[in-house]
Amino acid sequence: MSSSMSKTDTASKTDKASTAPPREPPLEIHDMTVAYHRKPVLWDIDLVAPEGQLIGIVGPNGAGKSTLIKAVLGLAPLASGKVRIYGLPYAQQRRLVGYVPQRETVDWDFPVTALDVVMMGTYGRLGWFRRPGAAERRLAEECLEQVGMESYAHRQIQQLSGGQQQRIFLARALAQDAQVYFMDEPFAGVDAATEQAIVALLQTLRNSGKTVFVVHHELQTVRQYFDFVILLNLRLVAAGPTATTFTRANLQQTYGGRLTILDEAVEAVRLGEAPR
Amino acid sequence: MNGLSNTQLVLLGTSLLGGVAGVIGSFAVLRRRALVGDLLAHSALPGLCIAFLLLNYRSSMGRAGGEAASATNPWQFTVMLAGAFIAGLIGVVAVTFIARWTRTKEDAAIGIVLGTFFGAGVVLSSWIQNLPAASSRAGLQTYIYGQAAGMTREDVWFITAVSGACLALVALLYKEFMVFSFDPGFAQAQGWPTLTLDLTMMAALALVTVVGLPTVGVVLMAAMLILPGAAARFWTDQLGRMLLISGIVGAGSGVLGTLISAGYFEETLGFDPFSFGYNSRNLPTGPVIVLCATGLFVFSMLFAPRRGVLAKIARRVAVRRRIEHDHLLRSLYELSESSLMAAAGDAPQSATAAATPAEVTIAQLVEDRSWTDFHAARLVRWAVAHNLARRTHNGARLTTAGLERARRIVRAHRMWELFLISGADIAPDHVDRDADSIEHFLTPELVEKLEAELAAQHKLPIAPDLVPHSPHAMLGKEADPKRETMPQSTDSTPEAKNPEPKADGPARGDWP
Repeated sequence: MSSSMSKTDTASKTDKASTAPPREPPLEIHDMTVAYHRKPVLWDIDLVAPEGQLIGIVGPNGAGKSTLIKAVLGLAPLASGKVRIYGLPYAQQRRLVGYVPQRETVDWDFPVTALDVVMMGTYGRLGWFRRPGAAERRLAEECLEQVGMESYAHRQIQQLSGGQQQRIFLARALAQDAQVYFMDEPFAGVDAATEQAIVALLQTLRNSGKTVFVVHHELQTVRQYFDFVILLNLRLVAAGPTATTFTRANLQQTYGGRLTILDEAVEAVRLGEAPR
Repeated sequence: MNGLSNTQLVLLGTSLLGGVAGVIGSFAVLRRRALVGDLLAHSALPGLCIAFLLLNYRSSMGRAGGEAASATNPWQFTVMLAGAFIAGLIGVVAVTFIARWTRTKEDAAIGIVLGTFFGAGVVLSSWIQNLPAASSRAGLQTYIYGQAAGMTREDVWFITAVSGACLALVALLYKEFMVFSFDPGFAQAQGWPTLTLDLTMMAALALVTVVGLPTVGVVLMAAMLILPGAAARFWTDQLGRMLLISGIVGAGSGVLGTLISAGYFEETLGFDPFSFGYNSRNLPTGPVIVLCATGLFVFSMLFAPRRGVLAKIARRVAVRRRIEHDHLLRSLYELSESSLMAAAGDAPQSATAAATPAEVTIAQLVEDRSWTDFHAARLVRWAVAHNLARRTHNGARLTTAGLERARRIVRAHRMWELFLISGADIAPDHVDRDADSIEHFLTPELVEKLEAELAAQHKLPIAPDLVPHSPHAMLGKEADPKRETMPQSTDSTPEAKNPEPKADGPARGDWP
C-alpha cells in the first residue's frame, strides 16, 4: 500500500476492468509447501482453480485447509513454491481478493459497531491516511443489507449472535468488492437457516462471475453446495468438479488411515526437534 | 509557555502526559498488550543508567573533577531519554523474538525480559550511586521515582512536542490502527504492513513512557498507560469515543494529582478534601496522579451506565424480581385453575375471557413455590400494589388485569414446556425446571415462533388467545383423544392478536 504499490494496484485493476475478463485462472498454486516451526503443514500443492465457481476446500481437522487460504493470502510463510492470482503474485492483486477469516480469530469485545467492521472492507481501496467517507458508508450499508443485517448496523459487535457475527464478516468481504473470495469456515457456529441464506448469497456471487473458495467440513452438504472441490490432507488428494472428484475412493484417501506414511514422517521431524 | 508559573507548568506537563498516555495506552489495552507498558517502563532503566554513565564519563573526561551531569541540562535530558527509549524498544523486540522463535509464550517472555532488564538497571544504578560524584544520585532517582515538581520549561516543551506528535500519529493512522488492532490477519491480507504498524505503535508507546518517566517514574508510568484506557472502555462501545474519554481521564488524573500534591485544595478551600486529616502538601506527585487515575477507574467500573458493576447488578436484580413476580402470578392462576375451568366447562381458558378466580391462600403459595411466609406475603403485597391481585382474608385473588397477565405468563410457560417435550426431547417430568428458567426471557416474537412450531406439530390450539392445558395434566389423561383436538375459542376480543407472522420483505433474501 506504499505509493509504488498502489500504483501497480491501480494499474492491474484498470487492466482487468477495461479489457476482456482475465484469462488467467483466479488461483494457481505451484509446488507450494508451508511449514510452521519447521513442521510441514502442507506438502507440495499443485492446483489450478477454475473461474466463476463455488469451490469447497474439504479435509479432516488439521489437514491444512485454513493454512492453504492463509498461504495464498501471504499470512503463512511459504517454504517453497509460488501462488498466482489471475496470473500475478497476491501482493499485486490484493484488490481482487476478499477474505473472511475464522470468527474466533478476533476479539468481539472490541469497541466497534457492525457498520465499522463492514467499512473495514473498504480500507484497502482507500489507502494510507484517507478516512472512509459517505460513499464507503453507503457501500457498507448496502453490504449489510445483502446479509440481512441492516437493522444491526449500530450494534456493538459483542451484542450479536454467532451467526450474525459471521454475517458481518461476510458483509465486510462483500465491501472489499472483489473477484475472488476466500472464506474460512463461514458456516461454523451458524444455525441451519442462516447457513442456507449464506449459501444463497455465495451462489449469487458465483452467478455474477466471482470465484468463491470456502473451507468446509460438513461432508453431507458438499455435493449440494459446491461446483468444484479441493480434497486436502497435508497434501492435495484431489481437485476437480464435485461430480467426478467427490468420490468414495477420494474421500477414503482423504479421511481414511489415521497415520499415513506422510503423517509418520511429519511426526518424526517434530520429535526429532524435541529433547528425548 | 514563558509566562507560566511553576505550578502552571507542571499542570500543563502532567495533563498532557496523562492525556497522551491514555490515548496511546488504549490501543495496548484493546490489543491485550497491557503488560507492554510495564515492559517498556522497566526495560528503560538500564538504558537510563548507561546513558547516565556515558554522560558522566564524558564530562569527567572533559573537565577533571568538574561538576557531574545534572538532569536539568537539556542535552543531558535528551541523551538520557534516548537511552531509555532505545533500551525499551530492545526489550520489546527481545520479547517478540523469544515468543516467536522459542516455546516460551509471550507472557512468560515479558516476565523474563522485564525482570532481567530491571535487575540490570538496579545493579547499574546502585553502582552509579557509589560513584564519587554526589549530585549524580539525584539525577537518576528522578527517573526511577519521578519528580513532577521539578519539571522544567524544557521538560514541558519536550512533553508538548512528544504529545503533539503521538496524537497526530493516532489521528493520521486512526483507521489503520483500528483495523490492525481489531483483526491483524485481515489487515495484513488487505496489504497493511502489520509489522510496521505494530512497531509504530510500540515506538509511540515507548516514547510516551520515556517522556513520562521523570514525572511519574518507571514503575507507575506503566499504570498511566493502562488505567485511563481500561476506565474509558466502561463508558463507550466506540473506539473514537474511547480514545477521547481515555485522554480526558488521563489528563484529568494529571491535573487532579498535581493539584492535590501541590496543596491547591488546602489553599483555595481552606481545607483539603483529599488529605483525610493529614497534610497532603509535598506528597509525591507521580504516585498521587496514578492514584487519581485508579480512583477514576474504580468509579468507572462501578458507575458506568451499561458495563459498570452496579448497572449489571441492577439488571440482574430486576430480572430476578421479574421472575419472582411471574412465578407469583402463575401460582395464583394455577392454584385457582381448577375452579376457573370448572366454571368454563373444562374448556381451555381463553386468555382474555372474563372470569373470577378463586382465592389462593398464602399457605398454598408457600407450598407451591417453597417460599418463606414472609417472602410470599411480600410478593402478594407487590401484586396488590400493582392492582394485579386483591388481598383476601387468608391470601389473595387475581384481579381482571392480574388474570390477563397471569394467563399470558402461563401460556408462554406451557408452550415452552410443550416445545421442550416435543422438540428438544426432554422427559416430561424434567421439563418444568428448564421451562422455568427460560420462559421469562421469551419475547413476543419468540412466542409467535413457538405458536407456529407447535401448531405445525398439532400440539397446540392455534387460536391465539387460548391457554393450553398443562402438559403435566395432559400426560395424565393421554388416553383421552379429546385433548388432542383443537378447541375453538368462543370469545373474540379486539385485543386478539393476528396469528399470522408478518411477512418479511422478500427482496431482502431469506435471512432468518
